[in-house]
Amino acid sequence: MSEAAIKIEDLAKRYRIGTRAASYKTFREALTGLVQAPFKRLQTIRQARRGEGEDTLWALDGVDLEIRAGEPVAIIGPNGAGKTTLLKVLSRITKPTRGRVELRGRVGSLLEVGTGFHPELTGRENVFLNGAILGMRKTEIERKFDRIVAFAEIERFIDTAVKHYSSGMYVRLAFAVAAHLEPEILLVDEVLAVGDADFQKKCMGKMDEVGREGRTVLFVSHNMTAVKALCSSAVLLRDGKVAAQGDTIDVVKEYMSQTSMGGAAERIWKRENAPGNSVARLLAVRIRNAAGDVCADIDSQQPFSIEIDFENLDDSALLGTTVILHNEEGECVLSTLSNNDPVWHGKMRPRGLFRSRCEMPANLFPDGRLHVSAGIWGDNYKWGFQESEVVTVQIHETAGSVRGDFLKRMAGVVRPALPWSSGPIGRPAEQPEPTTR
Amino acid sequence: MAAGSLKKVDLFLGRDQIRDVHKASTTGPQVRILTPGRDWITLGLRELVEYHELLYFLVWRDIKVRYKQSVLGAAWAILQPFMMMVVFTVFFNRMAGVGSGDIPYPLFSYAGLLPWTFFAQGLAQSSSSLVGSAHLVRKVYFPRVVVPMSSILSGAVDFALAFTVLILMMAYYGVWPTATILFLPLFALLAFVTALGVGLWFAALNVEYRDIRYVVPFVVQLWLFVTPVIYPAATVVPRLEGAGLPGWLYGLNPMAGVVEGFRWTLFGGNAPGPILLASTVSALVLLVSGALYFWRVEDTFADVV
Repeated sequence: MSEAAIKIEDLAKRYRIGTRAASYKTFREALTGLVQAPFKRLQTIRQARRGEGEDTLWALDGVDLEIRAGEPVAIIGPNGAGKTTLLKVLSRITKPTRGRVELRGRVGSLLEVGTGFHPELTGRENVFLNGAILGMRKTEIERKFDRIVAFAEIERFIDTAVKHYSSGMYVRLAFAVAAHLEPEILLVDEVLAVGDADFQKKCMGKMDEVGREGRTVLFVSHNMTAVKALCSSAVLLRDGKVAAQGDTIDVVKEYMSQTSMGGAAERIWKRENAPGNSVARLLAVRIRNAAGDVCADIDSQQPFSIEIDFENLDDSALLGTTVILHNEEGECVLSTLSNNDPVWHGKMRPRGLFRSRCEMPANLFPDGRLHVSAGIWGDNYKWGFQESEVVTVQIHETAGSVRGDFLKRMAGVVRPALPWSSGPIGRPAEQPEPTTR
Repeated sequence: MAAGSLKKVDLFLGRDQIRDVHKASTTGPQVRILTPGRDWITLGLRELVEYHELLYFLVWRDIKVRYKQSVLGAAWAILQPFMMMVVFTVFFNRMAGVGSGDIPYPLFSYAGLLPWTFFAQGLAQSSSSLVGSAHLVRKVYFPRVVVPMSSILSGAVDFALAFTVLILMMAYYGVWPTATILFLPLFALLAFVTALGVGLWFAALNVEYRDIRYVVPFVVQLWLFVTPVIYPAATVVPRLEGAGLPGWLYGLNPMAGVVEGFRWTLFGGNAPGPILLASTVSALVLLVSGALYFWRVEDTFADVV
């Protein structure tokens, strides 16, 4: 099966971000605008048509792709690279601005789990409604109904209004409907990150099975573990263009190496507008990897450091620095102070520039982003100021990381390497040896 | 490593599931080309047929939800036109002396209120329908016209419920329908066409211009007074003719034809010929222009809504 299921030529999509940001036009504005400045209005319309206006954004900008039938392909890339827009164009939700797409086969898209679910309706009613919205026939839903309910593990509550469901039940039912959509081309956008660990495993299994059945799957995800497990090949999008394409392992590596996934490794302030007060000013915050390079992408198995550059303006002050880390859920992971700095803590510094460094050990953080806030305090913590989320570290897990062979979502704000051991509790003489199968 | 943990899941798959896949794959792949241009409107009609089940489910959802959430449920459908009828009878008939010919005024106004309420509700619902379904429009593809259409059709149940009261009222006043009642569905269809025509305009405009939602109640209110619900068309037509204008001009308001025709099918009398013709043409013009405008802008809904 080498025939292309999806053929994309020079695909481009432009959004007018100006109209979006300025909320909705009102009819009145349009009318008065038309009366007051017809010429100006015409001009902006023309500019927008040509895509020259400042308020346009090319979400996709000349994408050429060919996806073979029966191939699960991952679409990866930083936020705003055009991944979701690509799926929206392929699923016909939005029209391309330029280019051409050829789709061979029925297309099913899953941009969200539970689209159109109504809280007042029962589980049963929502299965039919949601199925119809996703493009299933009534007879098809009837035939698959029992399997959908079994997959969602929700038999007892199928005739209860979904507003009484727990969020887990809701998501399970919604995914179950979507999982039984059986188009030749399936477009999936980041929907596997739902439900509890067991259900996620089931979803992954379902996606894997869809791929092995020879259906074409386009799978957008930020979860590199899932991407590697499900897709043999991948496409890297960046700024609306195809930046790399090929074997998943290579493309993911490429992505990791060049991207700081929206994370910024360094933040520098000019002296004039540096945050601070009459005693101290914050000049820079940066992240360095184990090799000493300024880099926001950190292998979880490597140590890294956070540096704070500041200027001391008052030689009678006792200064110290602080670092606070938040994860993407907004939870505080840790905070730390330079009060164990062996040289300068509790000592007055001369005026001038200083750099303080905090070493983060290897195998402490889980994969994901850490937002770094940095601050300066003085005179026995009497005063202090802090700049929130100035740089962002992206922690990546690679083979051999603390999670080992466990691929599902792992809870916890830290993931330290902790020693584990086990042994039988019986008499030493009867100790069995573990066998591998 | 990954495959090992995933393979266990295969146990969940039954034999029948595998059969489904084969069935799906034997249908042969259809090829679809996506380009920036608009599809032909005829293609849109074919898709509407293809998605008729979604239309059905959306209507079904609206009806279910409406009757599930309200305490009085079905009573609302009856109470609204009934109370209007009472108010009209007291103020316009008894106090202002608006006549209704041979038919008792309560029956006359209620018979007018039935198609009117269906139209007015349908228009109001469909105008806000696309914005109200923004979450669907942004996440799934389907012919967008299904949304305003379903919101009008879901009013059919209310219409049917209110109609049972009409039958009771006719029995009470001893008015018996003639054979012309067979034409009644045609006038319900005309009311639907009118509501859809205007609803398509407003629904599409509302996506781009959010102050349409302030316009709609106002339009509906004005429209009621230029429609022969409170008074018979016979009070307007002679005046038009007296001013040297043809009487059918009144029929340019398609609801004039609907309401007059509706009463004719129930109570008999003279068929509203020229007015009805004008109303039918006018309703079709509204529908075609509304559909064309809708079709012209529907590609941008997902980006704007």
